[in-house]
Amino acid sequence: MSEVNKVEITCAVNGEERVLHAYPMARLLDALREELRLTGTKEGCGEGECGACSVLINGEIVNSCLVPVAQVAGAEIKTIEGIANDQKLHAVQEAFIQHGGAQCGICTPGMVIAAINLLEKTEKPTEAEIRDGLAGNLCRCTGYMKIFEAVVRACQEEDVKV
Amino acid sequence: MSSPKTERRFVGKSVPRKEGRDKVTGAARYVDDIRFPEMLYGATVRTTSPRGRIKEIIFGENVPWDEFTIVTAKDIPGENYVALILNDQPYLVEEFFNHTEEPVLLLAHEDKFLVEKARRSIRFEIEEFSPVFTIEDSVNKREIIWGEDNVFKSFLVDKGNVDEVWESADVIVEGEYLTGAQEQLYIENNGMIAIANHEDGVTVWGSMQCPYYVHKALIKLFNLPEEKVRVVQTETGGGFGGKEEYPSMIAGHAALLSWKSGRPVKIIYDRAEDMAATTKRHPSHTRHRTAVSRDGKLLGMEIDFTVDGGAYATLSAVVLSRGTIHAAGPYLCPNVRIRSRAVATNAPPHGAFRGFGAPQSIFGLERHMDKIAKTLGLSPEEFRRRNFIQEGQTTATQQVIHEKVDLSGLMDRAFELSGYNEKREKFAEQNKSSRLKKGIGFASFMHGAGFTGSGEKYLESVVGAEATEQGNVRILAASTEIGQGTNTIFGQIASEALGIDYNLIEVAKPDTSNVPNSGPTVASRTCMIVGKLVESAALGLKQTLVGSGFLKDSGYTSEDFSNACRAYIEKHGALKSFSKYQQPEGINWDDEHYRGDAYGAYAWAVYVAEVTVDPTVYEAHVDDFVAVQEVGRVINPVLATGQIEGGVAQGIGYTLYENVVWRDGRMANNQMTNYIIPTSADIPPIRVFFAENPYAYGPAGAKGIGELPMDGAAPAILSAIENATGVSINHIPLVPESLMEELETETI
Repeated sequence: MSEVNKVEITCAVNGEERVLHAYPMARLLDALREELRLTGTKEGCGEGECGACSVLINGEIVNSCLVPVAQVAGAEIKTIEGIANDQKLHAVQEAFIQHGGAQCGICTPGMVIAAINLLEKTEKPTEAEIRDGLAGNLCRCTGYMKIFEAVVRACQEEDVKV
Repeated sequence: MSSPKTERRFVGKSVPRKEGRDKVTGAARYVDDIRFPEMLYGATVRTTSPRGRIKEIIFGENVPWDEFTIVTAKDIPGENYVALILNDQPYLVEEFFNHTEEPVLLLAHEDKFLVEKARRSIRFEIEEFSPVFTIEDSVNKREIIWGEDNVFKSFLVDKGNVDEVWESADVIVEGEYLTGAQEQLYIENNGMIAIANHEDGVTVWGSMQCPYYVHKALIKLFNLPEEKVRVVQTETGGGFGGKEEYPSMIAGHAALLSWKSGRPVKIIYDRAEDMAATTKRHPSHTRHRTAVSRDGKLLGMEIDFTVDGGAYATLSAVVLSRGTIHAAGPYLCPNVRIRSRAVATNAPPHGAFRGFGAPQSIFGLERHMDKIAKTLGLSPEEFRRRNFIQEGQTTATQQVIHEKVDLSGLMDRAFELSGYNEKREKFAEQNKSSRLKKGIGFASFMHGAGFTGSGEKYLESVVGAEATEQGNVRILAASTEIGQGTNTIFGQIASEALGIDYNLIEVAKPDTSNVPNSGPTVASRTCMIVGKLVESAALGLKQTLVGSGFLKDSGYTSEDFSNACRAYIEKHGALKSFSKYQQPEGINWDDEHYRGDAYGAYAWAVYVAEVTVDPTVYEAHVDDFVAVQEVGRVINPVLATGQIEGGVAQGIGYTLYENVVWRDGRMANNQMTNYIIPTSADIPPIRVFFAENPYAYGPAGAKGIGELPMDGAAPAILSAIENATGVSINHIPLVPESLMEELETETI
């Protein structure tokens, strides 16, 4: 493969305009991790099953291992690095810490993105909606119970210690 | 200040995970997040058939081979084996190979896509030998593939005289039970980065449970003195046993490539390689023959337990040991004989996985207990109650149980919380007219904490505590945080022991150049065994501060303590305290006869599962799960509950979803697409309850917890399925195809 086949793709990542230099079919996951050094987005399976590489593109959740970079030209991408506001964590992140939603942490960035995406679409999700909303993100540590609890607590912001 | 022991400022509290913030913000650095300048990417070329001899290696065309670093067995500076127990597993095949996916050749290049292309281009010309794939063929010596008889290890446990019970027994019940392989499926794949050269020696960074296992293996591989080898654990995305022994292999490979190329080398497995090549839970086969009296008392148990170890010995002897000791369960029986063996097959070596042999033998036992109860016409719970072990009675290894044990009480609690008795009645009535069949079942079991027998004595684990210039206390241990909460509970235990703020305790990253060997992070030993050493090392620090006049013996604040640390360092320099494991009095183990005190302490549990079986699509779903256990003092309720929930979820996967499909000794479904683990949509509410009974030799009274929850789900779920359908099933995984077979056979 030669460098000349690489293209320039402009997109916004976490609110900042970025220019990616990549082969058009390169995975967004690799562009984020290798080129932009945004390593919070993880690779678990490389085939869109585990959700560890979840990011938001124009507010929609995607598995970044399945997205060719050519598709994100002009798009707004949000990764886990863009979730906390300066030093202040998002209510979902805070709830994950307080209620044991993260164990080994490798699925956590994707899970936090999925939970935020769910809460943006459904303000107070039912248990069934939470289960459904997170079903694309696999966790091998928690058995999901503490993740459900964290999502529920994040909706009740007054209970969340920030 | 009153004694921190009674005040309990930090133990028993759900303080948040120490590294939680880094994990939720994506700042935590796992091995694949790290890169070095000039770094190359490494890949492993592996065998594609199960047994044979490599005659020739054929390098593909259109690959610029002169740009590659290529390592073969000939490049190994030291010994070509992964140092562990028997040292029979090579780092790289020299000529003969014994399983598919066995490493033969290593490649490195700066372009990771090119390295993958090169890997795929290599072919082997081989002479094939006849392989062995099943326990049965291995035991029957269809081919001798390992040693003289295919047996890695065997054990005999003999209590009383079981030969004398058969004639006088009222009832004799026999049964046969099978469990399949299971993939650990940590979401972070295995990976290592190495920098290795003659001048500086070898340094590796990576995902692992046991830094000193890797350290020991690299010393042999490179024939270097121990100070020339350094192993650093990076944030580790789950282990579950799957990162106990195999990381030594990957670390060695990365280091060999670095040694030859003179550049840093990173090897990260992709999911397919990780699933196909690395270890899984041992498949098992258990036979039971049990003598009981008509009133439901166990008279004699003869148990035959065999595990499939795969192609090399690796940890099979130890897995077999734990499985053997747990095979007779938490029941009193005067006459017990357990014969067990780990045998070789031409599959990648099976290895450590949460529970370590116990989930397999407990599955057989608990299904068999249900079968005996049915034969006797007793309810499964009544039969258990008549045989539960009590304080002062002896286990199969003749260990006298000195702790208070109340399995009947745990059962009462589990039944009450799950509504077991009412549901048994209700479901029996409903099932008559309902298409969907509902059932409820349980399992009762125990799990020993720490290394088996004299293991802890030989390990001689050491933990350090040091004062820092900032006035903090830093814990030095090789015990790894892999998600289970090591950092946090060590912080709690130390702050409790010292009576100072939790935030003043730092836990050093495991790095063999900086932390002593506190042993491997396995066997439910980190809290109970290593945690106790953390407690005493911390107290040693305090003793020095008090002894040297910098601190009052009591009545000090956290600030006083910090000031004392700083003042000491200013005057005398570094302040460190180390604590080494001392076996508690009265623990005696006879390794030759496999008799005595197998474990310092046991956790005890009763788990209840409620299921719905759909006889149209042959699917079983777990609707509710209640886990009641006694694990000594609970250090951190949120973390402890998380351990149980996660273990139960893995147990549900083991029972109903996770089916390793073998084709010619290779995992055929080595993808997340077709090896299915439970998702958030599959897992029922898991309701966790702890009965607390402080253990005298555990830190603040804690025992082990990590492996226990893996043991109970499978037998509880199959018991519930039997309750729902009337069909007794003796094997897992019970995927819909197998359930169909079982239900159809029954109705024909």
